[in-house]
Amino acid sequence: MTHRPYTPWLFLAPGLAVCLLFVIFPFLNMIVLAFTDASALGGGEFTGVDNFVRMAQDPKFWAAARNSLLYMAGVVPPLVLLPLLIAMLAQKIVPGIGIFRTAFFTPVIASTVVVGLIWTWLLDSRGLVNNLVEALGGSRIGFLTDSTLLLISSMVVTIWRGLGYYMVIYLAALANVPKDLHEAAMVDGAGPVRRFWSVTVPSIRPTMVLVAALSAVNGFRVFSEIYLLSGGSGGPGGASTTLVMLIQSVGRGLTGEVGYASALSIVLFVILLGLLLVTLKLNRREDRL
Amino acid sequence: MKRAHLFLALRYLGLLSILAISIGPFLWQFATSIKGPGEDVFVPDFIPDDPTFGNYAAVADVVPVWTFALNSLGVASVNVITNCLGAAMAGYALARLRFRGRRFAAVIFASSILVPFEAIMISLFLVMRGFGLTNTLTAVVLPGAIAALNVLLLRNAFLALPAEVEEAAIIDGANAWQRFTRLALPSVKGTLVVVALFSFMFSWDDFLWPLIVLSDQEKYTLTIGLAYLQGTFVQNQRLVAAGTIIAVVPLILLFLLLQKHFFRGVGEGAIKG
Repeated sequence: MTHRPYTPWLFLAPGLAVCLLFVIFPFLNMIVLAFTDASALGGGEFTGVDNFVRMAQDPKFWAAARNSLLYMAGVVPPLVLLPLLIAMLAQKIVPGIGIFRTAFFTPVIASTVVVGLIWTWLLDSRGLVNNLVEALGGSRIGFLTDSTLLLISSMVVTIWRGLGYYMVIYLAALANVPKDLHEAAMVDGAGPVRRFWSVTVPSIRPTMVLVAALSAVNGFRVFSEIYLLSGGSGGPGGASTTLVMLIQSVGRGLTGEVGYASALSIVLFVILLGLLLVTLKLNRREDRL
Repeated sequence: MKRAHLFLALRYLGLLSILAISIGPFLWQFATSIKGPGEDVFVPDFIPDDPTFGNYAAVADVVPVWTFALNSLGVASVNVITNCLGAAMAGYALARLRFRGRRFAAVIFASSILVPFEAIMISLFLVMRGFGLTNTLTAVVLPGAIAALNVLLLRNAFLALPAEVEEAAIIDGANAWQRFTRLALPSVKGTLVVVALFSFMFSWDDFLWPLIVLSDQEKYTLTIGLAYLQGTFVQNQRLVAAGTIIAVVPLILLFLLLQKHFFRGVGEGAIKG
């Protein structure tokens, strides 16, 4: 016997306590609450599927779900492609490459809030970007005051912040592409574009799929970027609110409708779980390669 | 040969443009933060005529920014310690000790990873209220104190260690805790650094949860403090800029010191977020 029977449980106790109390229990409780009319003040009667019926008729829910989906669809393609191109630029060891790679990663380490505030200032009606637009002969654009432009601006912030992160993942993948494949293609007279599509892309396709899955999950749960760029309002009339923002605003505070917020959370969970399972599966496959 | 030079020049041109896109916004924010009250912040001028650090002092007059920073630092430091220690303990038990119920424990951790924070945040708020912890920094720390992902990362690290060393220690009469602290922990230093870094960053960056659970200004962490600052003093962009620079400098320093671990962590923790 190498240890007493209860020893492993002493090792596990803190970790299990945190997971059970702050993940598993709230999760199970959320499922129960979703079928009640509980408020933030407590109580709540069993109301069956009323919350879900209400959701189906709630235009705010449909708008938020649409925004979250649009957001996901908007950020995934650029986040799959642009970091790959940057990784290809930064892949070759040339003098100073360390400085470039480090600088490209800076937006990742700055917190989302810092990044959000920096871009709020850049995209201000009189900010740097609008100055540039004017200098080029255009007229000022309401990046933060129009609900569609607000969504697009937030996507740009997400994409900008993701460039360095996914670049690092791609750099690791590119390092494993056999050199002789490129050389053989070159001997066969394939140009750079042809080699990109016929050699690079097929060799790192698993990583591209992984990046797509990761950025999809993160895109669907967007909160901070839109919250900050809209100053907490979710855009004019709340028209740019996403699903996570909606849950936060419905369930929060003394007037919070906890029951309805829980029903919304279940929908969020089901969608995210689907995306997460795909990601985990791809991640595992990636590990084997 | 000429062609190779041309390609190299093009490569640097590309690298330089990405560089400008990556750090330009930070430079602009910094430039704004050192512009004096007499200077028009809307003029696209990266080098102020009369640079001043006065805004860094002034921002502390309108909001307790240093209190926010201390709160964030406290929360992040506690998170680093609890994650490194708690996750290592659990990971060690899962990887190195044989006992009934190991599978059950592993399933709890694995399923915790699958529950996104955003889906349980409202319910989590009720739990904290049940404990009487709302509007405390303890409530900010607890949910992320021992992340299930870190448990599994460390479990994998411990699994990779050769069994012979520990077998020798068992024969020498070392108990489980001694084997854990003296043999196993020092061997997974690399993973521990990654866990520590990402715990710190995750905690320092966290916005949504403190926003839900904190209500008094003196309890604010930097992230929600900055959002509050922007909401209240949006007319003075110099102060907001100074606040954001205060929030980002510690992380940039940390990053420059521990770069290679960051890059490793991106690979290992790719599913965290």
